[in-house]
Amino acid sequence: MKIAIIKYNAGNNFSVECALRRLGYEAIVTDDPNEIETADKVIFPGVGEARSAMRYLQQHGLDKVICNLRQPVLGICIGQQLMCKHSQEGDVDCLGIFDAEVKRFDAVDSDMKIPHMGWNTINIIKGGFIPKELNGKYVYYVHSYYVPVNEATIATTEYIVPYSAALHKDNFYATQFHPEKSGDIGEQILKSFIEL
Amino acid sequence: MLAKRIIPCLDVKDGKTVKGVNFVNFRDAGDPVELGKKYSDDGADELVYLDITASHEGRKTFVDLVRRVAENVSIPFTVGGGINQVDDVEVLLNAGADKISVNSAALRNPDLIDGIANRFGNQVCVTAIDARMEGDEWVCYINGGRVSTGRKLIEWAHEAQERGAGEILFTSMNHDGVKTGFANEALAMLHDTLSIPIIASGGAGDYSHFYDVFTQGKADAALAASIFHFNEIPINELKQYLCRNNINVRI
Repeated sequence: MKIAIIKYNAGNNFSVECALRRLGYEAIVTDDPNEIETADKVIFPGVGEARSAMRYLQQHGLDKVICNLRQPVLGICIGQQLMCKHSQEGDVDCLGIFDAEVKRFDAVDSDMKIPHMGWNTINIIKGGFIPKELNGKYVYYVHSYYVPVNEATIATTEYIVPYSAALHKDNFYATQFHPEKSGDIGEQILKSFIEL
Repeated sequence: MLAKRIIPCLDVKDGKTVKGVNFVNFRDAGDPVELGKKYSDDGADELVYLDITASHEGRKTFVDLVRRVAENVSIPFTVGGGINQVDDVEVLLNAGADKISVNSAALRNPDLIDGIANRFGNQVCVTAIDARMEGDEWVCYINGGRVSTGRKLIEWAHEAQERGAGEILFTSMNHDGVKTGFANEALAMLHDTLSIPIIASGGAGDYSHFYDVFTQGKADAALAASIFHFNEIPINELKQYLCRNNINVRI
């Protein structure tokens, strides 16, 4: 099994690499289109800011590479957001794989802190790569922007509003939470993606 | 629903965990990676590693330690101590840290917060504040609580938020190591003033102190060290206790 982690300027690549290694898989971290295209599974991770991340992907031709992939691709956090149509963060057009607009959380009172940081529960609404028995389990989030619920949403989390915890369309999968940082539950979700 | 977080803090010197009582008289408390893994297994929500080594060689040891933590632990962790410039942050994030915390260096040079937030995002930048109640004012200290800056807690916390801090880690020097509970009044004031999460630190000695810090103190997370290191309060039992008392925690 060849797993490629896309290298770009918004990566927490090492954490993803470590999580895969704990599961017994070695991954390569690369921005080489050929290596990415020939991988069995592609992971598009991220911690960062949408506008500068998109600019980097475009400059390196990775935007087209990602959109044209046919094998299972997993976007994580900003990776999920970049796979949407447009982001309010930096008012930037993104990859457009998911037909959704990335929005900023709007705090309604002082109990709702932004960023949404910490462990929150997932509500699985459609079958997908997240095992059903993980419904209601806690996963780790750090984000100020979110993907609203849309037709690709397979799991939701509630913080200020219910939003997309995970998306799935064709060969593209994505999570807003960090499976690589979500303890045993996260590792089960990563394993389930790798075994697709 | 977003869970309240329990965070063990590990002070690291020359690759080993130590914990000060009122910032002096260190006691040894084990291997940092093993301890981190144990806490993760027991249900800790995050870990904080603070490097209290000053030497250059100790620094390299710490970066190696960060890497080993990232390899072995599957929950988020923050590292702090000795971060004076933006480039220091990059080394630690590349070694696998999820967040970094700045304290004295940010008070001396507040632009450091802007620099870190602009380059790596607000969520990476935890601003730690050590403060002491003097008269009826909370005053910020630097250099491990040895030097007063004269800055007021709320004013500095607010400035840190505006500059891009993603969280405030507030340690009450009056409460630290004394085990009589957290500084709940000051914490509630921070909560009501700021729009970013607050981590409470200093004073945990009993299960009820955690209940109080999440209700009266309105904290988003509670941090402690010695009571966890010496197993006075096992984290899994603490979480069961909080859950029984209707505090939303991850179990």
